[in-house]
Amino acid sequence: MRVVWAFLRRTGTALLVLFGVSILIFVIARVIPGDPARVALGPNATADQVAALRLALRLDDPVPLQYLHYMAGLVRGDLGISLYTNRPVTTDIAQFLPASLELIFTAGLLMVAIGLPLGIIAARFRGRWPDHVVRVVSLTGVSAPSFVWAVAFMLIFGYWLKWFPISQRLHDSFQVAPVTGFLLIDTLLAGDGAAWRDAARHLVLPAFALALAGIGQAARLTRANMIETYDRPYIEMARAFGFAPGRIARRYAFRPSLIPSLTIIGLDFAAMLGSAFLVEQVFGWPGLSRYGVQVILRKDLNAIVGTVLVIAAMFILVNIIVDLLTVLFNPRIRLAKGGKA
Amino acid sequence: MRRALHILAANPLTLTGAVLVLLVVLAALLADVVAPYPEHAGAVVDFLNFNKPPSAEHLFGTDLVGRDLFSRVLFAYRISLLLGVVVLVISVPVGVTLGLMAGYLGGRREYVLMRITDVFLSIPPLVLAMSIMGVLPPTLLNGMLAVTAMWWPWYTRLVYNIVRGEKVEGYVLAAEIIGASKWHIMFREILPNCVPAVVTKITLDFGFVILIVSSLSFLGLGVQPPTPDLGSMVAEGARYLPDSWWLAVFPGLAILVAVFGFNLVGDGLRDILGAEQ
Repeated sequence: MRVVWAFLRRTGTALLVLFGVSILIFVIARVIPGDPARVALGPNATADQVAALRLALRLDDPVPLQYLHYMAGLVRGDLGISLYTNRPVTTDIAQFLPASLELIFTAGLLMVAIGLPLGIIAARFRGRWPDHVVRVVSLTGVSAPSFVWAVAFMLIFGYWLKWFPISQRLHDSFQVAPVTGFLLIDTLLAGDGAAWRDAARHLVLPAFALALAGIGQAARLTRANMIETYDRPYIEMARAFGFAPGRIARRYAFRPSLIPSLTIIGLDFAAMLGSAFLVEQVFGWPGLSRYGVQVILRKDLNAIVGTVLVIAAMFILVNIIVDLLTVLFNPRIRLAKGGKA
Repeated sequence: MRRALHILAANPLTLTGAVLVLLVVLAALLADVVAPYPEHAGAVVDFLNFNKPPSAEHLFGTDLVGRDLFSRVLFAYRISLLLGVVVLVISVPVGVTLGLMAGYLGGRREYVLMRITDVFLSIPPLVLAMSIMGVLPPTLLNGMLAVTAMWWPWYTRLVYNIVRGEKVEGYVLAAEIIGASKWHIMFREILPNCVPAVVTKITLDFGFVILIVSSLSFLGLGVQPPTPDLGSMVAEGARYLPDSWWLAVFPGLAILVAVFGFNLVGDGLRDILGAEQ
């Protein structure tokens, strides 16, 4: 019961924070030098046309009133019209979001599937060469922005070795009806094995470029936590029983270390929502981030606010899920009275 | 200090990092002297030598208008480090002070400050900086502003978490009983105990500021040409892959080397200052 209550409190706080985000981003977007209506219509529009668009967008109202109007729309699920695509912002986001999510989920999977084992190996061979190798590899991963990895992968595995395609999500020769927007799922639903393989091959380079920093973080963190657990008495006992080092690492040292790692992995996963901007740009990935860059460059107010709000909402959602998982994984953790520590 | 030097000597990785950082800082400071073609930092055109692969004359090759890439990378380091210094000089004191206040004073101030911090932290850093840069004219000063605006909350949260642990310690209680002012307790008693964690974070952040700034300019939202910037150099070079590979590869490597150095040093500092969580 206390867990449920704590979860509700957490969600309440999250909504409050999201409300704050909406104010912040709205203020940023409206305190713009330059006239968004003029930018949207181009230099050849007459003053009357600009004035008419300003009226339609309510740009001449005071900012708080504009905000109230925007929020009233938001409650109805209306994020306004994008000046860039001339479509409702919700339609745009619904079209571009799945591609981004597919990329981010794949990268997140790689982060866990590669980062955690690397961390376990480093901790088990602490101070010996596997540890040093993992340390250098993970530090290198964290030390370059995802766009540098993206460019490097593109050059090496795309242009030179020609192992993987370097742009778009699917080869033009495949036609897949969009159902979920996730190509890996849609191709399966269509029963098209060749298209599935092609979609997967397109995902490899962007997903690795996006995941590299997270892999490094996850490995470092898992190592640090495991080393802490290795000093506990019950590990000593397991050793005294003569259990194999591999079994001790997996069964006894890893599990308790997972909990602190989980929080950071959640944060890293959420950070990918930002880094995806860079990777999508390099690989011409038709996702939300590329849309975001376009609308920011074009000062498309509704689209900017909508995109950032959706990203922030996902960011917060991931954090809530991580908090929840933390509780589920460790029955001892009961959220303290003050909320999170 | 001696112990620090000893640990440094015993830890080859940290030493490597320190050397890398030193090289990068020297390159930035002495760019006018070291760069073979210092005038190439600006809008210079040399069409006789455009788009040349790396050679003894041009270590990193030349760009599409014939400027020496090596010289431009050195000058780009100067911009990156300058940005890093300015961002941290502003955001660290602000963030630390707010963290101390929220953690020690408590009550309504704590709630309001930490929720504001949450708001800033719940937008991915790059997205927030992009939104700010998107609406402001892309100048160096605005770039600093945008990155600073997203940087302080991290220090607020870090210090806040430390203060919450420290304020129940005996020495704080003792100071309170003697009647020390809140100001004194926050800045003279508690702050020194936050220093190791803050210093470690500053070192690591130097690298991250370079990452974010280069990411912004990679998207065309940062420092504008002809000012040399590592991010925009990679962005431009990426368009001419794979033939003119050096255009993107060397600036990318330059980012990697600098950030790698700061990360190694930060990692080592964590051990030396004992700030491991």
